[in-house]
Amino acid sequence: MSTPHSDQPAHVKHYFVSSEQQFDAAKMGMWLFLVTEILLFSGMFVAYTIYRSWHPETWAALSTALDWKLGGLNTIVLLGSSFTVALGIHHIQKGNKKGLIINLILTFLFAGVFLVVKYFEYSAKIEHGLLPGAAFDPHGISYGFDYATYNVPYGPQFFSIYFVMTGIHGFHVLVGMGLFAWITRKAIRGDFSAEYYTPVENCGLYWHLVDIIWIFLFPLLYLI
Amino acid sequence: MSHSANGMVNYLNHDKGIKSWLFTLDHKRIGIMYLVAVSLAFLAGGILALLVRIELLAPGETIMSADAYNQSFTLHAVLMIFAFIIPAIPAVMGNFALPIQLGAKDVAFPRLNLASFYIYLIGAAIAMSALIVGRIDGGWTFYTPYSTSIGDGILFVTAGVFVMGFSSILTGLNFIVTVHKMRAPGLTWNRLPLFIWSIYATSIVQVLATPVIGITVLLLFLEKAFQIGIFDPALGGDPVLFQHFFWFYSHPAVYIMILPAFGVVSDLMGTFSRHQVSGYKFVALSSVAIAFLGFLVWGHHMFVSGQSAVSSVVFSLITYLIGIPTGVKVINWVQTMYKGSVQFKSPMLYAIMFLFTFSIGGFTGIMLGVLAIDIHLHDTYFVVAHFHYVMMGGNVIAALGGLHYWWPKMTGKLYNETQAKIAAFLVFFGFNLTFFPQFIMGAQGMPRRYYDYLPQYEGYHQLSTYGSWVLGVGLFLIAYYLLVSVFKGKKAGLNPWGALTLEWTHTTTPPDHHNFLETPVVTRGAYDFHLARHLFEHGGEVTELEGMGDGASTLPETPATEDATV
Amino acid sequence: MGDNGSVWLPDAMSTLAGEVDALFWFVFWASTIIFAMVIVAKVYFMVKFRRTDETYVPEPVEESKVLEAVWIVLPTILTLIVFTWGFEVFVKLNTAPPDSYEISVRAQQWSWEFQYQEGAVSYTEMYVPVGRPVKLVMNSSDVLHSFFVPDFRIKHDVIPNRYTSVWFEATQAGEYDIYCTEYCGTQHSGMMAKVVAVPQDEFNKWIAEQSQDLPPAELGLQVYAQCQACHSVDGSAGIGPTLAGLYGTTRPLADGSTVVADEDYLLESIVNPMAKIAEGYQPVMPAMFSSTLSPKQLDGLVAYIKTLE
Ligand code: HEA
Ligand code: HEA
Ligand code: HEC
Ligand code: CUA
Ligand SMILES: [Cu+2]
Repeated sequence: MSTPHSDQPAHVKHYFVSSEQQFDAAKMGMWLFLVTEILLFSGMFVAYTIYRSWHPETWAALSTALDWKLGGLNTIVLLGSSFTVALGIHHIQKGNKKGLIINLILTFLFAGVFLVVKYFEYSAKIEHGLLPGAAFDPHGISYGFDYATYNVPYGPQFFSIYFVMTGIHGFHVLVGMGLFAWITRKAIRGDFSAEYYTPVENCGLYWHLVDIIWIFLFPLLYLI
Repeated sequence: MSHSANGMVNYLNHDKGIKSWLFTLDHKRIGIMYLVAVSLAFLAGGILALLVRIELLAPGETIMSADAYNQSFTLHAVLMIFAFIIPAIPAVMGNFALPIQLGAKDVAFPRLNLASFYIYLIGAAIAMSALIVGRIDGGWTFYTPYSTSIGDGILFVTAGVFVMGFSSILTGLNFIVTVHKMRAPGLTWNRLPLFIWSIYATSIVQVLATPVIGITVLLLFLEKAFQIGIFDPALGGDPVLFQHFFWFYSHPAVYIMILPAFGVVSDLMGTFSRHQVSGYKFVALSSVAIAFLGFLVWGHHMFVSGQSAVSSVVFSLITYLIGIPTGVKVINWVQTMYKGSVQFKSPMLYAIMFLFTFSIGGFTGIMLGVLAIDIHLHDTYFVVAHFHYVMMGGNVIAALGGLHYWWPKMTGKLYNETQAKIAAFLVFFGFNLTFFPQFIMGAQGMPRRYYDYLPQYEGYHQLSTYGSWVLGVGLFLIAYYLLVSVFKGKKAGLNPWGALTLEWTHTTTPPDHHNFLETPVVTRGAYDFHLARHLFEHGGEVTELEGMGDGASTLPETPATEDATV
Repeated sequence: MGDNGSVWLPDAMSTLAGEVDALFWFVFWASTIIFAMVIVAKVYFMVKFRRTDETYVPEPVEESKVLEAVWIVLPTILTLIVFTWGFEVFVKLNTAPPDSYEISVRAQQWSWEFQYQEGAVSYTEMYVPVGRPVKLVMNSSDVLHSFFVPDFRIKHDVIPNRYTSVWFEATQAGEYDIYCTEYCGTQHSGMMAKVVAVPQDEFNKWIAEQSQDLPPAELGLQVYAQCQACHSVDGSAGIGPTLAGLYGTTRPLADGSTVVADEDYLLESIVNPMAKIAEGYQPVMPAMFSSTLSPKQLDGLVAYIKTLE
């Protein structure tokens, strides 16, 4: 294959006329992708709203079954990770590759902490039978909670929506970790510079979205 | 690089071997691969349709059991909708022609483009594996709780639809960015071919609506796999909620199917009338308007489902509103011929057919949108006839037109025009014979998804079945002469139709691997034939290229300075 | 085709059918006329402006703004008329008069059950009085179904765990087809019944008769309507084995054992169908009859099966 525009920097693909065109395209593509992500979650938010408006008492009662302290901790963890991504981008804009790498690794670790906390939350629910739909069977007592009191009508729906929403969100966190591992490797290899850091910027955008969705999930599920 | 101007090296032969196809990043080759895939899906879906029709030749069991019938029409619809009609025009002709029409070397994200293709294949394969796992019946709408009460096959179909949805989203995303960012110098929004406008509008719908079907089928999947009780009334869920979710995607999806067809028809009407498409701006922008309005009418599928009467009324009103921009488009297409110079090559025959069949489909859609009438017609063959008139008579007819139009550019070969005209006639006649009687029997009360029926409908069913045979013969004839042309066809010229879009005026037949040797500079609108008189001095077929660098340029105008980006 | 039916529509046999039809015809003819205009213009242009000179390039035509506006305003007015009209009829179709006679309709795979206020129950035929509004309150035991009577122009989905309703007033005595129009499984197309409209006094007589105690075997014959989708009584095999001549025979079971088809076995097969699976058949018989049928109806079924030779 020939590259007709050999006067372009190496990262510019042959079918783009300029570096700006390539950057603009990548960024617009990313934004569109984020729109589809928001729509994906909005379907679930609609289901949430509908069921909540049908059975408000159930929902108010069952949100106490979720541990707002762990949820709050995770909120802080995610906010921290959003901050480190932003910091990383800031560094690479200045050409500081080391700053970028450190912040990417920190972000990766934060995401890991988030999932570990999620693991503890999930296993408590599963242990006490706070499960979606047909599997719903609350029983047992721990830390002063009598889980059996959560056995109210439409309880299963609450946990369906809880697990589906946080599950899909958790999946996005996992994907994010994969992305950060990948760009960290690229960063270590020296692919990025103050002139070219589009993948970092796009992963950052993705990560902010994951964060924002959690900012909505946390109060809707845990607090109100 | 004069060798490629002589048509010796092109995207088909610059690189050989199966690998050079499977791993290609060239949008044209990806388009061809989609063409093969969707044709196979169409063939499979069509054969199932023929079986369905044979079964309905007489009441009672004719060739298959009730269960086999129910699975056949379900599979027919799933294949036709998700594996065929949604990717048909955008992924085949969009991929092939859109970047060239824009004067770009490729789409914005070629790797993603290839990934979309494989995601589509994987999704289709997952959906088809349902056949091995268990029965899938109940239609393509998968209404709960029936859909979750049948075997595990449904898990595979939903997973497959979910995966194919991603392919559709990524293709749409790719095209939006390409249209925004990769237009050639001078190619302003007002000069874009209407095909681009319509693919652009389609892409918007794909990006905005498909995630919702994604989450819907995901919830359905979880419902079946873990009984999560969101839709299942036995667990306190709401089956009507599923219908809302489903139609929130699936109504916009019908515009994913028809908007690209509008684009093809616009291009054909302009080119074969050698005339500015009447109401260019309206035709362009109304596609976008229809795309947005299309998000607000999903409830017209649910007038008898138990949704609130108030919502039914609102949905009904907006449903009519969509008819108005669509109607103005139809009239503009007709007006395009007015004082034009109309030539009846086979692609144009399809465009003309489209005006007839699509309008019938559209008008009957309006009838269905009338609340009181829909109560009688809902879930009868009237609806079946309506959607075949818009999908088969709209999208597929337009797609056939587009295929005949771009075929010489894609393959470098001409098909047999006489056979093409015969086939077009067979398709038109067979199609109407198949589906027109269905309007009547539907209005008479014949319900859809019926394996068996009362004797009073037998005559209509027979006509319909005979029609499907004529239609089948026509379609097989098309497949036959197109395949023959690849091996034995005459070499196609540069611009046999005398079209003015860049794929005809600025590149070889078949196009070069990089589309253009030099980035084209656009100086006129896609249908400004009067500004290109010099091209037609020697007759209908244009044999010279513009702006190919090595002296082939015959453009008198100076390049426009207008900025192409918005 | 009957009295006032036509090529397009079946007979109009309810008070509102005529109103729906009037609207249908209005939209039908308006559409046909506009469609014809479009097609005539199209064909005329095709002939008049066909290409005769290969080198001729026509000038663009100045678009007429007036014409464009007409094409927008005219359909808008038309659709608004249709909308208001359609809305009015829709409201009528949705509001049952307060003095309606109420019948409970229960749908299940793949049969209908009609319960009357007087206590009578019927299956394949729904008796209604002529000239009196009838309101159906409907519910499903399993999946979605839909209740459709073409001659009355009414249709509504029947949903589990939720009551929906339709109403009609039959204008003439006669029999009218009932279809199920929401896909509900294998025998969806077999889920038919009939409305039998009779004069009020005849209806009263029928109701009185029905509400008396029927002999068990006759009651069983009625309930059998719910079984006919799968079981024949003429000896032919369907989804399930035929019931003809079943009583008293020795039945081979899927697990290799056999059982004598006595009363106990018949009853068990109905209330607990998974207990013993007949050889050569799938275990697909629904288990719900134990809850949907009364002990009297079950006795009736057994008695009825015993009468089948
Ligand atoms: C794109 C959509 C599409 C297309 C094209 C078709 C095409 C056809 N359909 Fe289908 N149909 C649906 C979508 C479509 N259908 C849907 C969504 C349903 C609803 C299902 C449900 O209820 O859930 C349905 C239901 C449906 C029914 C109702 C079943 C019922 O309710 O019981 C019937 C019955 O007549 C029918 C018939 C046909 C026929 C005869 C064709 C013919 O037009 C087919 C002709 C095609 C061929 C004969 C194949 C020939 C092809 C080749 C040779 C390949 C060559 C390749 C090239 C030329 C490139 N269809
Ligand atoms: C390509 C796909 C496609 C397209 C383009 C359309 C277009 C339209 N459809 Fe259709 N529709 C389907 C595919 C499509 N539909 C499918 C698949 C189903 C069934 C799904 C299922 O249940 O399986 C369905 C079902 C369906 C229903 C539900 C029926 C029911 O189940 O009871 C309704 C009801 O409102 C409807 C309405 C319309 C309308 C108003 C349009 C309009 O967009 C049409 C606009 C066009 C015109 C009006 C013609 C041209 C106009 C003029 C020449 C000008 C003059 C016009 C006026 C004066 C009005 N459609
Ligand atoms: C969904 C279809 C279906 C319906 C509806 C149905 N059955 Fe069955 N029935 C079957 C099948 C399949 C079998 C054979 C498998 C088995 O033994 O469970 C069967 C078995 C039986 C048997 C045992 C027959 C034998 O040969 O041993 C009896 C008795 C019976 N059904 C009675 C009834 C009655 C009475 C009703 C209605 C109240 C009814 N069934 C409704 C499908 C059905
Ligand atoms: Cu009951 Cu279809
Ligand atoms: Cu729709």
